Amino acid sequence: MQTDAAADTPLVWVIRDEFGLKGTKFGCGVAMCGVCTVHIDGNAIRSCSYPVSAANGKEVSTIESLNGEHPLQSAWVEEQVPQCGYCQSGQIMQAATLLKSNPNPTDEEIVNHMNSNYCRCMAYTRIKKAIKRAATSSVEYFDPNASKKGENA
Amino acid sequence: MSIKDISKEKKDMVSLSRRSFMVGSVKTSLLMAFGASALPSLLSAKEALASKTFAPNIWFEMDTTGKVIVNIAKAEMGQHVGTAIARILADELECDWNKVAIVHVDTDPKWGYMVTGGSWSVFQTYKPMSQAGAAGRQVLVRAGAELLGVSESSCEAKSGFIVSGSKKISYGDIVAKGNIDKTFSADELSALPIKPGNKKHLIGIGNDYKALDIPPKTDGTAVYGIDVEVDNMLYARPILPPTRYGSTVTNVDDSQAKSLPGYKGYKVLSDPSNTVEGWVAILASDYPTAIKAVDMVKVTYNAGKTVNVNEADIQKEGERICRDRNEGTLFVDEGNIVEAQQKAANTIEAMYTTSTASHFQLEPVNAVAEFKDGKWHIHTGNQWQGLTLPAVAKAAGVSDSEVVIHQYYLGGGFGRRLFGDWIIPTVLTAKAVGQPVKMLFMRPDDAMFDQPRSASTSLFNAAFDESGKFLGMEHALAAGWPTLAMAPSFMPDGVDGKGKVDPFSASGADHWYTMEHHRARVINNKVAQETFTPGWLRSVGQGWIVWGLESFIDEVAHEAKQNPVDFRLAMLDGKGKQAGKAPESVGGAKRLANTLEILKSKTANVKLAENEGIGYSVTAGQERTMPAWLATAAHVHVDKASGKITLKKLWVVADAGIVVHPDGAMAQMEGSLLWGTSLALFEHNEIKNGYVAKKNLTTYQPLRMKDVPEMDIEFVESDEFPVGLGEPGVIGVAPAVGNAVYQAVGVRLRHLPMLSSHVTEALSA
Repeated sequence: MQTDAAADTPLVWVIRDEFGLKGTKFGCGVAMCGVCTVHIDGNAIRSCSYPVSAANGKEVSTIESLNGEHPLQSAWVEEQVPQCGYCQSGQIMQAATLLKSNPNPTDEEIVNHMNSNYCRCMAYTRIKKAIKRAATSSVEYFDPNASKKGENA
Repeated sequence: MSIKDISKEKKDMVSLSRRSFMVGSVKTSLLMAFGASALPSLLSAKEALASKTFAPNIWFEMDTTGKVIVNIAKAEMGQHVGTAIARILADELECDWNKVAIVHVDTDPKWGYMVTGGSWSVFQTYKPMSQAGAAGRQVLVRAGAELLGVSESSCEAKSGFIVSGSKKISYGDIVAKGNIDKTFSADELSALPIKPGNKKHLIGIGNDYKALDIPPKTDGTAVYGIDVEVDNMLYARPILPPTRYGSTVTNVDDSQAKSLPGYKGYKVLSDPSNTVEGWVAILASDYPTAIKAVDMVKVTYNAGKTVNVNEADIQKEGERICRDRNEGTLFVDEGNIVEAQQKAANTIEAMYTTSTASHFQLEPVNAVAEFKDGKWHIHTGNQWQGLTLPAVAKAAGVSDSEVVIHQYYLGGGFGRRLFGDWIIPTVLTAKAVGQPVKMLFMRPDDAMFDQPRSASTSLFNAAFDESGKFLGMEHALAAGWPTLAMAPSFMPDGVDGKGKVDPFSASGADHWYTMEHHRARVINNKVAQETFTPGWLRSVGQGWIVWGLESFIDEVAHEAKQNPVDFRLAMLDGKGKQAGKAPESVGGAKRLANTLEILKSKTANVKLAENEGIGYSVTAGQERTMPAWLATAAHVHVDKASGKITLKKLWVVADAGIVVHPDGAMAQMEGSLLWGTSLALFEHNEIKNGYVAKKNLTTYQPLRMKDVPEMDIEFVESDEFPVGLGEPGVIGVAPAVGNAVYQAVGVRLRHLPMLSSHVTEALSA
């Protein structure tokens, strides 16, 4: 993808407003909450504090790139993690890099890796459980049947 | 105040129990709707539904495949409210749950008065939704029996079929025959029996299910207010004045910003509703340019009078008005506390205070405003459209019918999105520029424009006779009042007739203990009130009021040389006004005592190491008219050298009547206990020079994953009327922690949050 945005434009705005990928959220603007977490060359970074110029030539992946098929996403449904849901794209993107480098993390490793991702609904225990589930068990896929994706208005 | 009072105050609030209900075939669907409360129309249900006479609000519809769409007039902000409401309906309707979908509706007046807050949604909708489902089922049984050629009494409704022996017909096929026409009068509807809790098959403990809103919240497709775009819109970021109220703009210099490509100028906002004063909106073709431009535009002001107000000024005023018995209004006055104090052999006094606390919901407030086809269309996530919409109309200079608020998912509510004041600068900017505008607040803007939980002051006095017996309590409590600031018509009179009471700054002081003498005087803190907009923050007044109350009850128990748990149990005798009322508080204080008894035995054998303690509290949030009976225990460790309090474990035993959505209730309880922990030990945002001092998460530090304690949550099985659970879990944590700290190291902490410095100061005192 190409952009004409100024070099110092935070990546989050290019992703959301220019490319129209709204799954990545904006929260604090100072890399303290993690709702804007995306992967750059496989590493979790805070796109609110990452200038678009630094992403030049790199592979940027957002929640949309998981296609709803990542084991974490099914685990998130199985454990009924999200409440308001606003932080969950960032939580999942953050957790995905943990499982990639450490497929079987301990509780402590999960906490250390996830502690910088804020959840105002404080669904922390379920986030932890869902990461464990994705890491340790085969995931049963949940059929969302009647729910219409993305439509709530 | 109670829900009932609000209904009385606000007649247009959906009072479904006094409405007729219509079930009728229209085209290829079966529509089911609440009608007017007035006399039945001359039209049949079918005709009325088809012609939309008296604007019937279509609440559910079923198509020829048996699919049911349930319209939800409640905001979704993490509580999975649509799922719970649809589930209540489906349980009685006996439709196939796999064919149920929910739609969150906009602010068309036909939906009635819209508010999502106070943990009221399930409580308010349980009975009407159950009866609507029962009415629909009755109609389907009749139609199905006719089509099958069997007697109605031989038929049973089951998972979307009417079954009679070996014969059966699906709901979809009944709908396809298209000949249903039935109106239930309000009396007929309210006479329909609701299945008892133990006969429910879709709701209640043992009937768990997944929330319909969760899958889109895991793949990035859920649409929040911040995700909305409309054609030809400009982006805007506000510049906030030096004070929340009373500042005026004297000059704007945007010469530097003009060099930015995409900069589209500024507007000084003039607000007929006086919600925003001294605001400038910066416009740009993209949001990052608006962010930058704000830093380059120099605005000068005549600052409002609160520009030098600090937290200490609010606390000083709080203490003054608590001590002055001429201030405020009586909220409770039982027995004769003055006489009891005069006769007392001994009295103890304690003052409890809390710091200002912020919402910090993760989605910063934002809205899109567009004038189209003669109406203002607002796109945002909002909790209290019934309150917000008239204020937006006033600001825009139009009638209420010329504003529509389109609802989206809320990136956290917690009370911040009740009064949608951020819509006002958005609509003013769009009006001034003559173009659709998306206004987004950067995090510091959001923090400054927050409606924080006010700093509070509570003064307690307990009287004892010569034998050390507790005689009664005087309680004075002061804070900035959210309801006074944002919805003053919802304030009832005090019991002494000396003024109005903000129920959300008083509830909790009217506790369930039997006390011969008990007075609670509520006072508005005017310094707080003038400096910021006090807000409704999750658990609202209960969060700070019951922190003081339940800590002081511990002090009273120790003074009376009694075990704090047994002391509480003895006062929870369910006598007199504490006996409870049907349907919402059947059993009264006895049910609260039961939760504490269960908790007492659960925690009887917990081993405590050195400098560890267990503290208890009982709470009945959110109101006496909707009590969730909760007993909470906290196990803490205190490091005497550093003062650090470590919360190791929380136990809660909760009796909330029928638990409609067990897993959802568990999630609400987990989240609210951690909110309680965060407000007990971490969150504080003192006012400094007229605003909260901490404007981002660099300095405002709520609980994170590493501080999550172990949690043991138990729901008491109950067939009683379901009550709200979104907030009550918050309330009991802080006092349980404070009481545990006292047990652990013998110091009584009387300020929230309880910081390590308070512990070390108290230990060295």
